[in-house]
Amino acid sequence: MPFDIYDFTSLTKWIDTGLHNAMSPFWTTITELLIIGVLILLFYAIVGLFLVYAERKVCAFMQNRLGPNRVGPFGLFQTIADLIKLLFVELIRIKNADKFLFNLAPFIVIIASFMAIAAIPFAKGLQAIDLNIGVLYVIAVSSMGVIGVLLAGWSSNNKYSLIGAMRSGAQIVSYELSVGLAIITIVILAGSMQFSTIVEAQRDGWFIFKGHVPAFIAFIIFLTSSTAETNRGPFDLAEAESELTAGYHTEYSGIKFAFFFLAEYINMFIVASIAATVFLGGWMPFHVGGWTGFNNVMDFIPPFIWYIGKTAFVIFMMMWFKWTFPRLRIDQLLTLEWKYLLPINLVNVLIMAFIVLMGWHF
Amino acid sequence: MRSIIKYLKDVVLGIWSLLKGMKVTGSYFFRPSTIVTQKYPNNRKDLVMFDRFKGEVIMPHNENNEHKCTGCGICEMNCPNGTIEVISKTIITKDGKKKRIIDKHIYRLGMCTFCALCVKTCPSNALAFSQEFEHAVFNRALLIKQLNKPGSQLMKGVE
Repeated sequence: MPFDIYDFTSLTKWIDTGLHNAMSPFWTTITELLIIGVLILLFYAIVGLFLVYAERKVCAFMQNRLGPNRVGPFGLFQTIADLIKLLFVELIRIKNADKFLFNLAPFIVIIASFMAIAAIPFAKGLQAIDLNIGVLYVIAVSSMGVIGVLLAGWSSNNKYSLIGAMRSGAQIVSYELSVGLAIITIVILAGSMQFSTIVEAQRDGWFIFKGHVPAFIAFIIFLTSSTAETNRGPFDLAEAESELTAGYHTEYSGIKFAFFFLAEYINMFIVASIAATVFLGGWMPFHVGGWTGFNNVMDFIPPFIWYIGKTAFVIFMMMWFKWTFPRLRIDQLLTLEWKYLLPINLVNVLIMAFIVLMGWHF
Repeated sequence: MRSIIKYLKDVVLGIWSLLKGMKVTGSYFFRPSTIVTQKYPNNRKDLVMFDRFKGEVIMPHNENNEHKCTGCGICEMNCPNGTIEVISKTIITKDGKKKRIIDKHIYRLGMCTFCALCVKTCPSNALAFSQEFEHAVFNRALLIKQLNKPGSQLMKGVE
C-alpha cells in the first residue's frame, strides 16, 4: 500500500484511481464526498472534545486551579461525560419561537465551519479541496456563521438572544475587515491565494520571518480580529454571561446547544489553522535558509505534527487572551477596530506592498 | 503631528499593559506550583490547614492535663448563639478558702458560627481554634462537646 506520512498525495491518488476503477465517475465523486464528510465529522468530534478539555485546563492553570481531574486520568474523559449528558438533555420547545429558523440556526453555524475546514491544508496532499482562491473562499465562508447566530437570536423570541445576536453581527461585520486586510498583507507577499502555493512559498522561511515587521504586525492584528470573529476572549459580547445570560444561545438546550458550543471551538480551530498556514508556514517544517543539516532534521518530523503544533500554539494564544483580558464594552470594541486596527492595517498593507516592490523581503 | 504621536503612544502603552496582564497569567500557567486547589479527599493524610483557619473551638491542655480556664463565664456571655455553657462548681482549697472552679465547659458545635468572639475575649487565653474541619457525625448529640478533659486542673499561675 502506497503510504507515506510525509506526503499524502500518493495515498489520495491511490484511493481515487481505485474508486474510478470500481465505479462510474459520478459515483466516485459521491463516494469521495462521503468519505471526506465522515472523516471531517470524526475530526470535528475529536477536536471539539479535546479543545473543550484543553480550554478548561488552560483556564484553570491560569487561575491557579486544577481544572477537571476526576473523570479518567487528568480528567481526560470529562468532556465525553459532558457530551453524553448533553445528548440526554431535553430539547425544550420555545413558545412563540420561529420553529423553522430556531431549528435551522445551529446547522447553519456548523455548516459554515464545515465549509471552511474543507480548504485547509493539513499536510502535503491532505486537503479536501485546493481552490486557487482558497484564502478568499475561507474568509467568505467563515463569516457565514454569523447568519446562524443572527437567526438563533431572532427566532428565539428572547431579548437577551436578540441583543447578543445583534452585537455579534456588529462585531463580525467590523472585524471581518481586519481579518481580510491582515491576510491580504500576506497574499501580497506570497503572490497567490492558493493555500498549497502559500505553504510551498514558505519552504525557506515562514512568512512571519520573511515579511519583516509588517508580517508580524499583520499576525498580531489577525490574532486579535480573529479572536473577535469567533466571539471569544475579550470580545465575547455576543454571549456575555454577566449581561445576557448566554446571549444568542440562551434558549437552546441539549444537542442544539452543543452544536453552538462545538461550532465555537471548531471556529477557533479553523481560525488558528489559517493563522498557522498563512503566517507560520502551515505543515512546512521550520527551515532556515542555508542550514542544510538543521533543515534535514526538521524535515524528519511529519508535516501533520508541524501543522497541529502550530495550530495548538495559536489556539493557546487565543485561550491566553481569553483568560487574561476583561471583556470590552461595545463602544470600546468598535473603537478598537475602526480607530486602531483598520488604519494600522491599511498602512501595513502599503508598507508590505512597498517592501515587495523593492524586493526587500527574504 | 502631536495627535499622531499621542495615537502611537496610546497604541504602544495599550499593548504594553496587555502584555503585563498576559505575563501574570502566563507565569501562573507555566508554574504549576502556584496552584492552590487541594485534592481534598485524596490528600487527607498530609493536608495542612492554615494557622488562622477556624475549625472548632478547643481548650488546649498541657502535658499535665492542665488548662487555663478559670470558669469566669465571659465566653458564655459573649457567645451570640448560646453555644457555650460554663458549669462551675465551688471547692474548698487546702488553706480552707472557698473557690469557684470550672466543672464542665460545654460547647455545642452544631450551634457555633465560628465568630471567634469567645476565643478573642477570653481573659486567660484558655480557648483556641483547632484546624479539624471534618465535623460530620451520625448523631446530633455528638456535636455537644465538653471542652475540659476529665480530671483536668487549672494551670498554676493562671487566676
